[in-house]
Amino acid sequence: MADATINEPITSRVGDILVQAPPRELERVPLVGNQRSPGWISDAIAGVAEGKTPLWWWAAFLPSVVMMTVCFSMIMYLMSVGVGVWGPSLPAMWGWAIVNFVWWIGIGHAGTLISAILFLLRQKWRTSINRAAEAMTIFAVMCAGIFPLIHVGRIWFGWWLFPIPNQEGIWPQFRSPLMWDVFAVSTYFTVSLLFWYMGLIPDLAVMRDRAKSKLRKFGYGLFSLGWTGSNRHWSNYEKAYLILAGLSTPLVLSVHSIVSMDFSVSQVPGWHTTIFPPYFVAGAVFSGFGMVLSLLVPLRKVLKLEDIITLRHVELMCKVTLATGSIVGYAYAMEFFIAWYSGNPNERFEFINRATGNYAWAYWTMITCNVIVPQFFWFKKVRTNMLVVFILSILVNVGMWFERFVIVVISLSKEYIPASWGYFRPTWVDILTFLGTFGLFFTFFLLFIRFLPIIAISEVKGVTPQADPHHPLGGAKTGGHH
Amino acid sequence: MAAVPQTYGIIAEFETPAAVMHAAEKVRDSGFRKWDVFTPFPVHGMDKAMGLKNSRVGWFSFIGGVTGYTCGMLMIWWMNAVDYPIVIGGKPMFSPFAAFPPSYELTILLGSFGSLLGMLFLNRLPRLHHPLLKHRRFALATHDRFFLVIETADPKYAEAETRKLLESTGSTRIEMVEE
Repeated sequence: MADATINEPITSRVGDILVQAPPRELERVPLVGNQRSPGWISDAIAGVAEGKTPLWWWAAFLPSVVMMTVCFSMIMYLMSVGVGVWGPSLPAMWGWAIVNFVWWIGIGHAGTLISAILFLLRQKWRTSINRAAEAMTIFAVMCAGIFPLIHVGRIWFGWWLFPIPNQEGIWPQFRSPLMWDVFAVSTYFTVSLLFWYMGLIPDLAVMRDRAKSKLRKFGYGLFSLGWTGSNRHWSNYEKAYLILAGLSTPLVLSVHSIVSMDFSVSQVPGWHTTIFPPYFVAGAVFSGFGMVLSLLVPLRKVLKLEDIITLRHVELMCKVTLATGSIVGYAYAMEFFIAWYSGNPNERFEFINRATGNYAWAYWTMITCNVIVPQFFWFKKVRTNMLVVFILSILVNVGMWFERFVIVVISLSKEYIPASWGYFRPTWVDILTFLGTFGLFFTFFLLFIRFLPIIAISEVKGVTPQADPHHPLGGAKTGGHH
Repeated sequence: MAAVPQTYGIIAEFETPAAVMHAAEKVRDSGFRKWDVFTPFPVHGMDKAMGLKNSRVGWFSFIGGVTGYTCGMLMIWWMNAVDYPIVIGGKPMFSPFAAFPPSYELTILLGSFGSLLGMLFLNRLPRLHHPLLKHRRFALATHDRFFLVIETADPKYAEAETRKLLESTGSTRIEMVEE
């Protein structure tokens, strides 16, 4: 009889229902902890945006608004005085504006990877984090979009970027990758917004049905578009969601590829390489996951959502960070190898200069944060220690900012002619504008936490056993695990 | 002159997805047409249980995508090669390769609009009013309950028999919904 007890699957009891555990080899940590019910999930997630505004929210919101004001003041100053208030001058004519642009837009990429690519790959764990990550994408792209617009100098001619003829009847030049970038970034922002909003529709209906005040009923009612949860609607909705995921996947890969072409189509040593598109996309996902971790690790604790964003979710995100971080490390090595193997003296000089020149401090910060730091995620002890994960995720983003700094500034500072070499220094306006964009980002993100469901309620319900009509918790008479 | 409230349909409440799915199979087999199931999340297998065909959203997306790509290519060709050609570095006035990235982005942009707007069009959304949204139990459809509604407008609808059918599915609560 001893054998029988060993092979006996462990059962658990939820209410009056006995649930047979799957055989050992199929056992996995459940996506929603403590076998929480769909009703509990609604209450926990929607509850975040209901009731009295907590003190910590104000403590975070007010400084964010101040920083946002700083950002806009710096932009006003730039517009009234001119781009001379910034650091860029010959030879490095691209400075922090481009670094910040690429950094912010790269952060956005994790949101789309989570919402689209992981959806196509049937990674159900994405449901707990996709909403917040998509919101992060949208706000990050907003921060990113500011920089190309203001770095043109004469901002009032920004409309030259749109496909309309200027005052001389001349059209924009589509042979320039900068025009491709305009289309890529604006499409990326629009499609991310559509995808995010579509995912929100059923959850806004949840908020509408829970709303107590007239104003909330009206607001959520208006934006939920009269959603009823009809299965005929769900059928079209799921198909549209799948198609949007299918469209966003090539989109997100194309956006950072096109951003990288802003560099690689030029002939600057250090920029003119074919590895740039995949290398930029991997770096973007790497930094984006770093940001998702920096945001969600504290949030799950503060908002008591540990049963929905479980340790397993955090671990999986750490593993993606590790994988993409390793790709980035490989790309750094490959850049060096190709610089030597190409036999091009300018390329060789550029890379030796990166590692040993005036900016070696920036280069080695990048290597430490992007190549060494993610390797700690090999260890389960590290992945399950929230404080360490939080610190490492911030280092990842520091490193990725320096990667863009290395690419943009070092490459331009020492180009072909030694007579025009220089050393770039940012001004206080550069620094405050960049810090100000964090204010913009966090102002929007905190408003999102306060007014919208920060986790996809209906999707999380959909991955619980209670939602499965073939599971005893879903009402099935027989059967159990899948 | 308050008119007598008309009946929109009969609503049956269920507690589990399995229960509402079995009920849907029964209602489908009885040949009803104007009926629907309301769930807090899409229930896997419900389309089959209701006898729904594959959604047509894909067509809207496809048309959007084709429009985007064609318009992008034509726009760039006309702007840079026809209306105001400028020689730059000896490059051709129009090259499909340089024109591809913006056209590709427009394909995705209009394809996405096609998919979202197509979904809303097929669902006849947005709508500001629905008789079910006034029903007092129906708010639970976005929480944790499952509902099956048969409209009075269905040709097979007959109050006593339809109610009997729904009772036989094991619904915990059957009520009429006013228009």
